[in-house]
Amino acid sequence: MERQLDYVLRTVEERGVRFVRLWFADVLGKLKSFAITPAELEVALEEGMTFDGSAIEGYSRVQEADMLARPDASTFEIVPWRGEDAPVARMFCDICTLSGEPFDGDPRYVLKRNLDRAREKGFTFYAGPEMEFFYFRSSDEPIPLDKGGYFDLTQLDMVSELRKQTIVTLEAMGIPVEYSFHENAPSQHEIDLRYTDALTMADNVMTFRLVVKEVAQDLGVYASFMPKPISGAFGSGMHTHLSLFEGDVNAFHDPGDEFGLSKVGKCFIAGLLRHAREITPITNQWVNSYKRLVVGYEAPVYICWARNNRSALVRVPVPKKGKESSTRVEFRSPDPACNPYLAFSVMLAAGLKGIEEGYELPPEATNNIYEMTPEERVAEGIGALPQSLKEAIDVMESSELVAEALGEHVFDYVIRNKREEWEDYKTYVTPYEIEKYLGVL
Amino acid sequence: MGDLLVVFPDPPPALLAQTLDLGGYRWKAVGNAAVATQHEPSDGWLGAVVCAETDPDDAFAVCRVLRKRDTPLEPILLLVSGAQLSELELREDLFDDFCLSPFHPRELEARLRHLFWRAGRAPRAELVEYGDLVLNLETYQAALDTRPLDLTYMEYELLKFFALHSGKVFTREQLLSRVWGYEYYGGARTVDVHVRRLRAKLGEEHAALIQTVRSVGYRFGQPRWSPGGADA
Repeated sequence: MERQLDYVLRTVEERGVRFVRLWFADVLGKLKSFAITPAELEVALEEGMTFDGSAIEGYSRVQEADMLARPDASTFEIVPWRGEDAPVARMFCDICTLSGEPFDGDPRYVLKRNLDRAREKGFTFYAGPEMEFFYFRSSDEPIPLDKGGYFDLTQLDMVSELRKQTIVTLEAMGIPVEYSFHENAPSQHEIDLRYTDALTMADNVMTFRLVVKEVAQDLGVYASFMPKPISGAFGSGMHTHLSLFEGDVNAFHDPGDEFGLSKVGKCFIAGLLRHAREITPITNQWVNSYKRLVVGYEAPVYICWARNNRSALVRVPVPKKGKESSTRVEFRSPDPACNPYLAFSVMLAAGLKGIEEGYELPPEATNNIYEMTPEERVAEGIGALPQSLKEAIDVMESSELVAEALGEHVFDYVIRNKREEWEDYKTYVTPYEIEKYLGVL
Repeated sequence: MGDLLVVFPDPPPALLAQTLDLGGYRWKAVGNAAVATQHEPSDGWLGAVVCAETDPDDAFAVCRVLRKRDTPLEPILLLVSGAQLSELELREDLFDDFCLSPFHPRELEARLRHLFWRAGRAPRAELVEYGDLVLNLETYQAALDTRPLDLTYMEYELLKFFALHSGKVFTREQLLSRVWGYEYYGGARTVDVHVRRLRAKLGEEHAALIQTVRSVGYRFGQPRWSPGGADA
């Protein structure tokens, strides 16, 4: 530990770092940041910095406003994209109460608690999300880049520049990626993050969203992680590849099984499926999230698993020969506007529950699941994900699993906050209604 | 004067190995006095760290053989338990300083540094170089082609360990115990994750410095030409 602090202090001095940004997430997954000077750094590392928690979504109530942000020195990194003359660094923080206790409302702490539970059972939890997003001309309207000759650069130049800058910046921050284009929605992009332990990955997702937005802004465009920005086009998902390891061994893998899946792997999937409805308000937390979870755009709707069906909620990619350690399950409902700390927490909790209770894995879904009548699906025991934020919250409200995974503080806040969001939405007259009704009614 | 510390016993206590590694020392463990003589590099040992806790007889024998010769080896740091303090009597000539075990890594490092300072020698290289890669152990900074590398602490330690032990193959477990110690969050796959991060930061041109040795672990150094040799 001491060496680590030494490393941070020394690097700040040697590199002439002028500001260190302290990062943390609010309950809704928005990145919060405040800057300290090198002179304050030593105290910050040893004692933490006081800040007003009542200003942060889902943190403390007014009477207990002051909180401590304690930087996690292992996350210290120079931020490569600021065009300033002196380098700027960042550290993720753990949030504590003034008496030094971990704060229940800190999403990072929520995830750590869930990872500790997995560790007690001998598991390490790894995650690898596929991040989808759009580039638009501005945040005012979802106009894709490739419509019209708006830019001096041709659209192709612009996209290749965005792509290059984004990859270079991410890799400079130690986030290895695979980049791919989308052909099915204009201006949509996908960047896959190579798997890491879930805590590092949640930090990476926070960093990732910022990097993508910053790079876009530098080039005069707007990047959005909104789940469904354009009606009638594909939405943006955050398919997440999950695996558990016991030491060096992939706990999901069993070479003797027809699917290559161990009992642990099957129970984990069964857990995800059985609790899928309850955890949806966390993996898909906005009114808009549910406009993505509809039939026809490769987004999951029905609660089932399959090896090759790309509409299934859980997909089990078949690992390449000799790559058994890459056995994993892909959970396909989350969207990139989620809070990654909380989303990983509930996915893990659902999977672990399946392992603890020895849930039976239902049969693999056949391809014609969308062609079945609702009655046939009921007969097969195939449920559907919630179709609105309201339905999702109603389901989650009675979930012990989610209450336990998130802790009471976060659980209560999410329910309250999302009910308000729904009430707000419900009273809003949408352009859809004006377009459809005003002229005829 | 060589740059290799001789360490007794073989293997040394894990915390000792880790402290020396993190301190940037190159070292070789020996199991007895004879081996300490046989394996001495042609330019001599840099110094010795002898842990007398588990096997005091052999430990003092190692000190003796390093000391009682034409050019006595200096410095020798002895690690003893509190109960062994009385055994130091009449053996004052066998060591230059001692440290109580269980020891604090910082204290051990400080004592070593001080011993070398008194002997008027640089304890270890301040710069570790490998091709275009330079690590400054004093300031914790790393640079490639004179371009500073922005590393996290663990990435820096892993790169330093690799650079100090180029050409050798290490398993994931060895890297975990010697670079991370036993406190790490990410499980055994942590090594792979950090190697990937390091490769990303080294950049495409230099990523192959860290080679995957299939079903064993990793090796650092200029890859010999082989298709897919640097594959993840």
